[in-house]
Amino acid sequence: MGLAFVRRGFGAAVVAALLATTPALAATPKDTLVQAWMIDDIISLDPAEIFEISTTEIAGNTYERLIGYDLDDVSKIFGVVAESWTVSDDGKTITFKIREGRKFASGNPITAADVEFSLQRAVLLDKSPAFIINQFGITKDNVKTAIKATGDYTLDFTMDRPYAPSFALYALTSSVASVVDKKLVMEHEANGDFGYEWLKTHYAGSGPFTIRDWRANEVAVLERNPNYSGTPAPLARVIYRHIPETATQRILLEKGDVDIARNLGPEEIAAVSTNPDIKIQSAPKGTLYYLGLNQKNPELAKPEVREALKYLVDYEAIADTIMKNQASVHQAFLPKGFLGAVNDNPYKLDVDKAKALLAKAGLPDGFTVTMDVRSAQPITGVAEAIQSTFAKAGVKLEIIPGDGKQTLTKYRARTHDIYIGVWGPDYQDPHTNAQTFASNPDNKDDASSKTLAWRNAWPTPELGKEVDAAILERDPAKRAALYEAMQREVMADGPFVIMFQQTENAAERANVKGFIMGPSFDNNLATATSKE
Amino acid sequence: MSLDQSALAARPERRGAAALGLLGGIAGFLLTLAITLLGLVVVTFVIGRVVPIDPVLAVVGDRASGDVYARVRAEMGLDLPLLEQFRIYLVKAVTGDFGRSVLTTNPVIDDIRTYFPATIELATLGTLIGTVIGIPLGVFAAVRSGSFLDQVVRIVGLVGYSVPIFWLGLMALLLFYARLDWVAGPGRLDIAYDYMVTPVTGMITVDALMQGQTEVFWNAVSHLVLPACLLGYFSLAYISRMTRALLLNELGQEYVITARVKGLSETRVIWRHALRNAAVPLLTVVVLSYATLLEGSVLTETVFAWPGIGSYITNSLQNADMNAVLGGTLVVGAAFVTLNLLSDLLYRLLDPRTR
Repeated sequence: MGLAFVRRGFGAAVVAALLATTPALAATPKDTLVQAWMIDDIISLDPAEIFEISTTEIAGNTYERLIGYDLDDVSKIFGVVAESWTVSDDGKTITFKIREGRKFASGNPITAADVEFSLQRAVLLDKSPAFIINQFGITKDNVKTAIKATGDYTLDFTMDRPYAPSFALYALTSSVASVVDKKLVMEHEANGDFGYEWLKTHYAGSGPFTIRDWRANEVAVLERNPNYSGTPAPLARVIYRHIPETATQRILLEKGDVDIARNLGPEEIAAVSTNPDIKIQSAPKGTLYYLGLNQKNPELAKPEVREALKYLVDYEAIADTIMKNQASVHQAFLPKGFLGAVNDNPYKLDVDKAKALLAKAGLPDGFTVTMDVRSAQPITGVAEAIQSTFAKAGVKLEIIPGDGKQTLTKYRARTHDIYIGVWGPDYQDPHTNAQTFASNPDNKDDASSKTLAWRNAWPTPELGKEVDAAILERDPAKRAALYEAMQREVMADGPFVIMFQQTENAAERANVKGFIMGPSFDNNLATATSKE
Repeated sequence: MSLDQSALAARPERRGAAALGLLGGIAGFLLTLAITLLGLVVVTFVIGRVVPIDPVLAVVGDRASGDVYARVRAEMGLDLPLLEQFRIYLVKAVTGDFGRSVLTTNPVIDDIRTYFPATIELATLGTLIGTVIGIPLGVFAAVRSGSFLDQVVRIVGLVGYSVPIFWLGLMALLLFYARLDWVAGPGRLDIAYDYMVTPVTGMITVDALMQGQTEVFWNAVSHLVLPACLLGYFSLAYISRMTRALLLNELGQEYVITARVKGLSETRVIWRHALRNAAVPLLTVVVLSYATLLEGSVLTETVFAWPGIGSYITNSLQNADMNAVLGGTLVVGAAFVTLNLLSDLLYRLLDPRTR
């Protein structure tokens, strides 16, 4: 396609030539951080609904939750809105003590009633992320008793089984558990919607920043919250400008019209890294790139074929070229940094071994198979690389390009052969990925639980039980061992060729200080950022 | 005297006939508009329903449970029979209710009010530039047909046609914004001027002038000029070619030879006589080129991060936001058809031969 040519070849060369002698003119105000980013995924600002990359980041900067975790060591959790918590003897009830004297941006005090309202609201509204709370046996029917304020500053969170406390606490660090201002939200309630219509485009939180404005596909503006209880943010304003074109992002950055460019590709990163006015910040994210092999396809259902394909990807080469600075090789379903994550990578390109395995499966000459590929870099490039290595063992891979929603529709309907996917964990507990990669309680087409294992029609009668058992294990070391075993099983036999863990890059002007890139999308924080 | 009277008597009659013709023209125009829009609704609706993209996904995201999915599907009315869905859509669309956009959460009609003016602003200035430069260029090319100048105009036009506008836009940004610093960069305003004008028409330049914000006005112009020049170049290429062709056609006519024989100056012959006669079809050319720019200059809007209707529809399409796609397509289609028919009407009004 023409655009790809322009972006990668000639265009890049001319961009470099023209920018080589450009004087930098920082044009943004000193108390304002301007970021160029693709924010077209924003569909709502309501914490009970948001589940997209940019909205979770905005929520992370603007809302507070009961619990937070140390960004450098995810295993350390601490209270934010909660001061402390205790777990009951039967392990089913967590009692939170809420900090006193804190306020929302509106000036209203934060009480247990607000926390109760926020969590109940998320369950009752039942939007996409509601399952994060539902999985503790909390449903629309029992939510009024399961999540209950027992005083002005105490709250009981009651689960149906004695889950590992860390599992529940991590779930409560996700954006769905953001604490919203009950009084303010209910002032805007209409037709019993818990203020949903209003909160979709407004703000009712207590974080370091407030959301002043959001114009779809154009801009999102955060402003310092004057009533914030913690250390006030050095910046008065954080602006996300929707710049869909990465080449444009680069020009704006080099000109100084934006302070941070968030979506630069590998060539652009390489190019700007030679500019003394710009620095690159990178952080591993929990997002994984993987191939899903549909077990409805009789060839892919053969264990030898699944294994053979794992030996037909040139992991190192792709990580060093197409995905350079964008990802590192990672083959287990838990990303680095998670409790129990397996970090060794047993698979590498081995055509002979793959051929032997294929021969064992009765396919000595290989076979033909299709792969649905979203037409976007770097996915397309990775798919093409895989196509060429598959061919070395006679596996003829036909790439079916499609738009993101289109390929996803097909994947969810289980009508694909191979799908090249990207998966990010929903919260920092290992259960989130264990459940989706290793659990498939009902393999029927109309099952209500549609995990990634289900999407690839992979029944997991034994593994599923292990997943269920691990959330009840309260000893962290034993729990880690359980996840390690599960990852090994999925690695060896599962219908997933897990390949890479994403590295997120931000290209920043040199005068930007203290922009934080945490392990999850909701902790890319500008709360301590300043400009010299 | 009697001759004069009969002439006078004849005039009102002819005027009446003309008015009737015009009235008929307007009725026909409205009918055509209605039929075209209905056709557009049917086609976009059918396309929206048969594309292998699930609009429910746009709402619930990738992780929703089966229950949530089913509920949202029902909420969106997608579980109803197709014909029933269409009937509901049609009834609503007639009243200007295109439903809500998933992506922006606003009613689609509100989004269109926000994004369309940005495109109108860009397209209008683009067409203006294309016309003001394109017509004289075309005239010179016609007069000096076959000369060096003609060749230059031809090449300028050819480049405008064949070079990807996306690439040209990026290069223009690099040169005039990044390198030379003559104009402002992508977007409609510098951040410092954001929120300073209240949207009334939605066209920032107009709103800023109305509210006496000259600084904002100039900043908006500085952002506008590059993409507008780019689009202007695009329409210039078309307009100059058409001007040349139309004028060459006129210059071969007998009345031009007569005028020349009568000893009128060449300038007068060309600008007053030949061009005036070419003006009516030329008007159609300009209006059509305007319609094309309004229709959505998607790539220009992408490169310049211009939040117009073109990027709105593209974005909606990519996100399976079918209400927005349908609404946007209808409005742009309506504008296109209206301009087309308008040029037709003007043609009839201005050219007595078509009455």
